[in-house]
Amino acid sequence: MSGFLKWLAGLNPFAQIPLVIGAFILVAGILIFFIEIAPRSGRRYTIIRALVCVLAPVTVFLVLGSIPLAAVVAAVLGGVFFLLDYRSREGAGYLFQLIGFLSPAVLLLTIGLLYPTVATFFKAFMNARGSRFVGLENFVFVFGQEANRVAIINTIIWVLVVPAFSTIVGLAYAVFVDKARGEKVLKALVFMPMAISFVGASIIWKFVYDANSVDQPQIGLLNGIITFFSGQPVDFINAAPWNNLFLMVILIWVQTGFAMVVLSAAIKGVPAEQMEAAQLDGTNAWERFVNVTVPGIRSSLIVVLTTISIASLKVFDIVQTMTGGANGTNVLANAVYAQKLEEGRASAFAVILFLLVLPIIIYNVRQMRLQKEIR
Amino acid sequence: MSAVAPIDLPVDQKTKTQLGRGARAVERSTLRKSKARLTSKGATIAAIVIAILWTTPTLGLLITSFRPPELINTSGWWSIFTNPGFTLGNYDAVLNGSATTVSLGQSFINSIAITLPAALFPLVIASLAAYAFAWIPFKGRNILFIGVFALQVVPIQMALVPLLSLFARGLSIGDFEIFAGLGAGGNSYGQVWIAHTIFALPLAIFLLHNFISEIPQELIEAARVDGAGHGQTFFRIVLPLAMPAIASFAIFQFLWVWNDLLVALVFADGAVGPITKVLREITGNRGQDWYLLTSGAFIAMIVPLIVFFALQRFFVRGLLAGSTKG
Repeated sequence: MSGFLKWLAGLNPFAQIPLVIGAFILVAGILIFFIEIAPRSGRRYTIIRALVCVLAPVTVFLVLGSIPLAAVVAAVLGGVFFLLDYRSREGAGYLFQLIGFLSPAVLLLTIGLLYPTVATFFKAFMNARGSRFVGLENFVFVFGQEANRVAIINTIIWVLVVPAFSTIVGLAYAVFVDKARGEKVLKALVFMPMAISFVGASIIWKFVYDANSVDQPQIGLLNGIITFFSGQPVDFINAAPWNNLFLMVILIWVQTGFAMVVLSAAIKGVPAEQMEAAQLDGTNAWERFVNVTVPGIRSSLIVVLTTISIASLKVFDIVQTMTGGANGTNVLANAVYAQKLEEGRASAFAVILFLLVLPIIIYNVRQMRLQKEIR
Repeated sequence: MSAVAPIDLPVDQKTKTQLGRGARAVERSTLRKSKARLTSKGATIAAIVIAILWTTPTLGLLITSFRPPELINTSGWWSIFTNPGFTLGNYDAVLNGSATTVSLGQSFINSIAITLPAALFPLVIASLAAYAFAWIPFKGRNILFIGVFALQVVPIQMALVPLLSLFARGLSIGDFEIFAGLGAGGNSYGQVWIAHTIFALPLAIFLLHNFISEIPQELIEAARVDGAGHGQTFFRIVLPLAMPAIASFAIFQFLWVWNDLLVALVFADGAVGPITKVLREITGNRGQDWYLLTSGAFIAMIVPLIVFFALQRFFVRGLLAGSTKG
């Protein structure tokens, strides 16, 4: 594998794309082929199955460049798996198919998400090189320094402000444009920032916020307006603590489109009869909105709020591009990155971020379980 | 998709039908112009004001990117009519400039080379897993599926540091080395491809499972009766039917990877840096050179914007994931 990647890296990028995609499709095709013939009965298929069970793990390990001993262990385990599969209650080949479908995803998730997440928990209690247990030292560092406390508080403010504002503006906009002329175009305009990267969005807004000294012409839009009304130019990005708010505006600008699209679909899904009935009762538009529309789209509102909350908790790109976390704008996700050479401290920040996300995970897992029971 | 974190939350049956009905209404209304406008003038004006507020910053960037540097620094872009000037020089300067480790032109190519495979890999792997979760009964299926779902909310910051050392140093238990590290060298896209693939899997599995599990059981059984194994059922029945879901996920993943900065900063070093990383570098080093920043930002935006406007329908469908069928 490392040989293949090295060889690939030497080529032109445009040659790399088809080659690596081709290689991947080939492997996936072989996998699906063996899954297909696995449950067939007969001596020939049993032998093929046995060979694949033993040889596939060996090949994977050899391709990954492991030592031969690991490959031998893998071969033995493959053999054991073949026997288990052969005597499976659902018929020979059942386990083989199941593992064939699931193993790529499960292996990657275990190696790439599960193991690292668990490792981060342990590293949070280790020193920078991960060689010595230091107890709560990293957390003492995190909570002991003013700058780090600011990062935690900022993250919490982000998650309080951004979802609320984006949802309110998104909802209002969805109501305003509902059945209006040119609805599609108006929606696309507000939705468009979603396609722009946070880095791009940050540059767009950095330009809006740009401040020059008083004697020079202002080229940032906001300061242009302020000086037009003969005010003093404001350094939006660097003047703490309000600079945080101006960074949040960027995320709100991006997320409003998302809120608007989902809520707009939800509003259109509220049965027309309910609205008409309320209208017959002599209610005005605001009463109808509060008493019919909002209750009708309650669960969509929750989904939108939750999704944007998670995005706000993880906000990184905006802070990194705008200020790099300077001037009291640091947030947890940026602190993890900034401390990446101090593994213990970075992990401590990551664990705190995880603890903030945890309630959202628990809530949604419970939601999902409820649904499974209903079905 | 810079913004919406790649997650997909469970919605209950009622919301699902509601969103589905709404989405169909959206698509209907594009066919048939609604006759009666129910909104008031005030609401329409408010909507237009918001739309202008939302669009102006982007417009300012676009206009500025075509103005000569000396004009950019002496007059606001809104005075374009009193201080006219037009140039393509900014684009030339930023594409071939040497302000960064990699030129923006090269990083644009890097972005393409990173994004295409990183959008395809998780799609294939996840659709295999989603099929198993939907159509092969096994013990512990629900628990495992909930685990996968929970992983999509776990911040990837949790995984970055250990995954990086895994790529670099491999994995050993004690002194016993199981996996020797990727060892692909600094100029390989390998790390970024694999990292993006892994981080996309939970969302992809959840989203595709929602769709694949709603394929009528009779279709799957008919295929079984005709002698198709799971491999053929997957390849010939499920994949073609799941195309709408696959398309929306592909767009999501494409935008997500193209717009990503975090994974790029950690896993794409030196010569393979994508455009977002180079842009951030310019913002850091040449923060006041607006002729570079505006044109560079626009180059980075153009691809996702094209994808977005061309495929908006699928994109919206993906957002209302699983709630709209077909």
